[in-house]
Amino acid sequence: MLKRTGSVTLLEEGPLVLGSSAVGGKKEAEGPLGGCFDFLYSDPRAGQKSWEKAETAMQDKAVSLALKKSGLSASEVDLLLNGDLVNQCTPSCYTASKLGIPLAGLFGACSTAAESLGLGALLVESGALRTALCVTSSHFCTAERQFRTPLAYGAQRAPSAQWTVTGAGAFVLGQGGGRGVRLRAVCFGRPIDMGVTDASNMGAAMAPAACDTFSRFFTDSSRSPSDFDLILTGDLGQIGHRIVSERMEQLGLPLGDRYNDCGLMVYDLQRQDMHAGGSGCGCSAVVLAGDVLSRMRAGTFKNVLLAGTGALMSPMSLQQGDSIVGVAHLVWLSCE
Amino acid sequence: MNMNMNKEAYLAYVKQVTPASPLGKDLFFSFLVGGAICTVGQLFSHFYLSMNLGRDAASTATSITMIFLGAALTALNLYDDLAKVGGAGTIIPITGFANSIVSPAMEFKSEGLVLGLAAKMFVVAGPVLVYGILTSSIYGLVLLLMQRL
Repeated sequence: MLKRTGSVTLLEEGPLVLGSSAVGGKKEAEGPLGGCFDFLYSDPRAGQKSWEKAETAMQDKAVSLALKKSGLSASEVDLLLNGDLVNQCTPSCYTASKLGIPLAGLFGACSTAAESLGLGALLVESGALRTALCVTSSHFCTAERQFRTPLAYGAQRAPSAQWTVTGAGAFVLGQGGGRGVRLRAVCFGRPIDMGVTDASNMGAAMAPAACDTFSRFFTDSSRSPSDFDLILTGDLGQIGHRIVSERMEQLGLPLGDRYNDCGLMVYDLQRQDMHAGGSGCGCSAVVLAGDVLSRMRAGTFKNVLLAGTGALMSPMSLQQGDSIVGVAHLVWLSCE
Repeated sequence: MNMNMNKEAYLAYVKQVTPASPLGKDLFFSFLVGGAICTVGQLFSHFYLSMNLGRDAASTATSITMIFLGAALTALNLYDDLAKVGGAGTIIPITGFANSIVSPAMEFKSEGLVLGLAAKMFVVAGPVLVYGILTSSIYGLVLLLMQRL
């Protein structure tokens, strides 16, 4: 049963995460969550000819591992909801073409993991689908060549710059009873443009959208931050994390110590010299699938909020001087 | 900071919470690395002069050697590591120009030798060439006019 209250959709039964997987690269392996991944590639090309093919291979791997854990075969999945950061999301399309599952491709920039989970949860809860497969990926090398400069080009990164996560996360959602992680509510984000034009300060561009989604969620669902054990944003990094912490406090909804950012969890910022933190579509996907869900199943966290944050822009829009639009989609996960 | 903050106020706040680049450290290392690259160039220049190459030929041979070194270090994925420390010290010398041409050639090889490697080779250096040639043409015209007057 679905219940709409304000801008939040509550899911009474709540679809179950039947299986999930996290796949990463070398830098992710060296990070603090290195032990949480289901599979790690030491070769950034994953044995492929191009970075884009490597990203497809990572999605393929994440899908096969998540399906295996869920006990389902690809033919039992009703819909694939996936996305990435490459032009026209081609890695996602190639992964989909091999699976033979109907595809609804998504573009939400780095908010895609939460966006796909939110949409998948609504479709399964409503009965429109029996099962949904939500997949997200990003690759440092595909993102660099598309959004910034060639890898071997000598340039210095700003202290506010973030590092795109190389990895993919997959989640199989389905109906059913029993214990497990369930999706309890969805609150889609309103795109917000605060005029930030600095592409090396994405956290600042996305933070207002995260605050907007959080405050609408808490107000409309009549819940407070203290009802949750962990509150996450997708990839705001140090600067965005600080902005959200300060702003939410001023709004009278202090998030406190339970608030963290996936971009701050995936790497050791000092030791790995990651500047402001991790970013990319894969960032929140691998942190959620690899780390957070297993800690929920282990009983460490009961109720978790994830606001996947996305910077909706392209190299062309930035070159034309346009500002970066931020968006944040929220999902509430619980394991009772 | 409040919910109704306007764009100007938000951008001012962002500027306040965003750490600035460590200017002193960056300047020091760009001086050090840039100076070291120029010293290597000077050593080659002395070497070619000692081989009785003549002044013009020695400076051309030095440029060729430095461009080769910049390209080779780029191909070995070492120049970007040097640039991470050296900053402008690695961009300004001629080795930086070599890096700006070789790195996109390497990157876009996956799109083919014609539309990838060759077409994208000047994606970083192209504007330098365009405006370099334009300003030197203007300079030439000014020089010509001044000599006529």
